[in-house]
Amino acid sequence: MPLKILVTAKRVEDPESKIKVRPDGSGIVTEGVNYKMNPFDEIAVEEALRLKEKHGGEVVVASIGTDKSATEIRSALAMGADRGVLVRHDGPLDPVVVSAVLQKVVEQEKPDLVVLGKQSIDDDQNQTGQWLAERLGWPQATFASKKESLESEAEQKKQPGLGLAGDGKVLRVTREVDGGVETIDVALPAVVTTDLRLNKPRFASLPGIMKAKKKEVREVAAAALGVDLAPRVVVRRLEEPPKRKGGVRVADVAELWAKLHGEAKVL
Amino acid sequence: MSSVLVLAEQSHGHLRKASLAALSAGRELAKRTGGKVSALVLGKGAGPAAEALAALGAEVRLADAPVLEHYLAEAYSPVVAEAARAAGATWLVAAATAQGKDLLPRAAAKLGAACATDVLGFGGQGASVLLRRPMWAGNVVAEVELTTPVKAFTIRPTEFPPPAQGAGGGVSPFPVSLDPASLRTRFVEFQEVKSERPELTEARVVVSGGRGTKGDFKEIEALADALGAAVGASRAAVDAGWVPNDWQVGQTGKVVAPELYIAAGISGAIQHVAGMKGAKVIVAVNKDPEAPIFQIADYGLVGDLFKILPELRERVKAAK
Ligand SMILES: Cc1cc2nc3c(=O)[nH]c(=O)nc-3n(C[C@H](O)[C@H](O)[C@H](O)COP(=O)(O)OP(=O)(O)OC[C@H]3O[C@@H](n4cnc5c(N)ncnc54)[C@H](O)[C@@H]3O)c2cc1C
Ligand SMILES: Nc1ncnc2c1ncn2[C@@H]1O[C@H](COP(=O)(O)O)[C@@H](O)[C@H]1O
Repeated sequence: MPLKILVTAKRVEDPESKIKVRPDGSGIVTEGVNYKMNPFDEIAVEEALRLKEKHGGEVVVASIGTDKSATEIRSALAMGADRGVLVRHDGPLDPVVVSAVLQKVVEQEKPDLVVLGKQSIDDDQNQTGQWLAERLGWPQATFASKKESLESEAEQKKQPGLGLAGDGKVLRVTREVDGGVETIDVALPAVVTTDLRLNKPRFASLPGIMKAKKKEVREVAAAALGVDLAPRVVVRRLEEPPKRKGGVRVADVAELWAKLHGEAKVL
Repeated sequence: MSSVLVLAEQSHGHLRKASLAALSAGRELAKRTGGKVSALVLGKGAGPAAEALAALGAEVRLADAPVLEHYLAEAYSPVVAEAARAAGATWLVAAATAQGKDLLPRAAAKLGAACATDVLGFGGQGASVLLRRPMWAGNVVAEVELTTPVKAFTIRPTEFPPPAQGAGGGVSPFPVSLDPASLRTRFVEFQEVKSERPELTEARVVVSGGRGTKGDFKEIEALADALGAAVGASRAAVDAGWVPNDWQVGQTGKVVAPELYIAAGISGAIQHVAGMKGAKVIVAVNKDPEAPIFQIADYGLVGDLFKILPELRERVKAAK
C-alpha cells in the first residue's frame, strides 16, 4: 500500500558551529554561524524516502520559519522528497505553536504518517512529535531506531527501519529506551520521531539538487492558518554556563593514580 | 496557591531513582510557589513503588490497572491528565528519562500545559517562577517562563538531591477507566540490555570508550569492572554498533554526573561533553595531545588507551 508521508525539516545552527550568547543575554551570536537541516530531520527524511522506495507513495516536507527555511526544504527535496510546504513565520516558536501549525498542515495534506526528528538541536526540547500526536489523536512512536546496526547489511541496502504490517495499516517501530530497545505497533495514521540509529541519511546527488529546483514548494503564512502563534515557552534570558576549567596533564599512570587516590580522593 | 503533581516512574514495582530527584524538584517548586506536592504512580503492580514514595512523606495516587501493564504514551497520558485535573494540579513534574520525555509532553498537551525539557533549577518566586534549562547542547542555559495556566517540565535528575524524609505520606488508589480496545498502540517486546553493572546514570564511577577503542571495549569494561563502574560510550562507538545504544552519553543520549568519569579514546565533541561535564572529576586518556577533551579534563594522560587502561587497572587491583 503506498504511503503518503509528511516529514519536517527545521533550520538550525550547524552542530559544528561555535555557539555564543550575546552580551545582553537576549539571544545567541548568529554572525559566522552556519545553518542546516536539523540532523534528526535528515534521518526523518531518509526514512520517509526508504519507505516510499519500498512501498510507493509520496513524501511531503514541511518547515516553519522565515523565508530562509526554504533552504532546508530544498535540501530535503534534493535528497528525494517530492514536494514542500513552507509555513512562513518570523518570530519565536515553541513545540506548542509548531505542533499547532503542523496540525493544520496535516489537516490539509492528510498524510498516513508524520515523521519528525526526536529533538531540535537548538532548543533541545524533544516535544513537538508528542504534542502533534496528541493534537491529532494519533498514536506516537518516539525515538525510532532499529535492531540492525548502522554497519549492517540491511542498512547498506537502505532498508527502512520502520516496518509496515497488517495490510499496510500498522507500523512496527523499534524504540531506543532506557535499559534496552522496545518494539511497539502503532496503527496508521501515526506520528514517529527519529533517533540516531534509525539510518544514515543519504547525501543529495547533483542531479537530485538540479531536480529539487523544479519541485513544488507551497508557501503559506502561519498567520493565515488560524492558530494562536503566541509562544507559551518564553525564553527570558540566555547565559553561558560556567566553563569547566581544564586541569593538569599527568605523565603516567603512577601520577594519575596518585592524583585520583591522594588528591581528588575519588579512588 | 500552586499544586505540584510529580509523575514517578517505576518498573515491576521498583521506583526509579530519577523519580526521587523529580520529587525533590517538585518540593522545591512548591516552596517557591507556595503550594503543595503530590505524586502519581502508574502501572500494573506498581504498589511497592508507590509505598516507597509514601515512605518519604509523599501523598501518592496509585493508578494500578491491567491496561497499564506496559508503558505506552497513548495509555498513560489520559490517566495522567485525569489525575492532574482531579488533583487541581497547576504544575506537572517528571524526570527526563526516556519515558518521561515520551509521556510528559503528551500529557501536557492534553492539559494545554506548556512544557520545558531537562530543567536544571529555578529562578524567582511565585507564579512567575523561571525554569533554567540547557539549549544548544548545553552551550547555553536559558531562563524560560511558561505562560499557560497549567505548566509542565521534566528535570535533569543529576541536578537535584535525593529528597529528605518527610512525614504524612500515604497511598490512595486512582481509578482507571481506560478502555484497552480504544488503544491504537500495542506493546510487542522489550529487549533488555542485561548488565551486572550499576546503572549508567546512577553510578559513582563511569568509564567510557569512543572511536579510539576501534571497537574493542575489553579494556574499557575490564577497568569498569575493577572499579565497580558503569560503562558509557560516545555516539561514534554506538553508531558503529560496538556497544548498546543505551550506553551513549551526551546531548542526545544519557546525562551522567558521577564522582569520576574516565573518557578513553573520546575526542570530547561538545555533544559528548554535554552529557558528562557535570562529573566531579574527569580523566581523559587520548593519544592526541590536542584532543579537545583535555580542555575540560581535570587529569589528562596522553597515550594509548590499550596500554594505559590495563596499567590503571593493575593499580586499582593492587590498592584493594
Ligand atoms: C545531532 C547530533 C547529536 C549528537 N549526540 C551525541 C551524543 O549524545 N553523544 C556523543 O558522544 N556524541 C554525539 N554526537 C557526535 C559528536 O559530535 C562526535 O562526533 C562524537 O562524540 C565523536 O565520538 P568519539 O570522540 O568517540 O570519536 P572521535 O571524535 O573520532 O575521537 C576518537 C578519539 O580517540 C583517540 N584515539 C584513537 N586511538 C586511540 C588510542 N589507541 N588510545 C587513546 N586514544 C585514541 C583519537 O585521538 C580521538 O581523539 C552528536 C552529533 C550530532 C550531529
Ligand atoms: N520550526 C520547525 N519547522 C519544522 N519542523 C520543526 C520545527 N520545530 C520543530 N520541528 C520538528 O520537531 C522535531 C522536534 O523538535 P523539538 O520538540 O523542538 O525538539 C524536530 O526534529 C523537527 O522535526
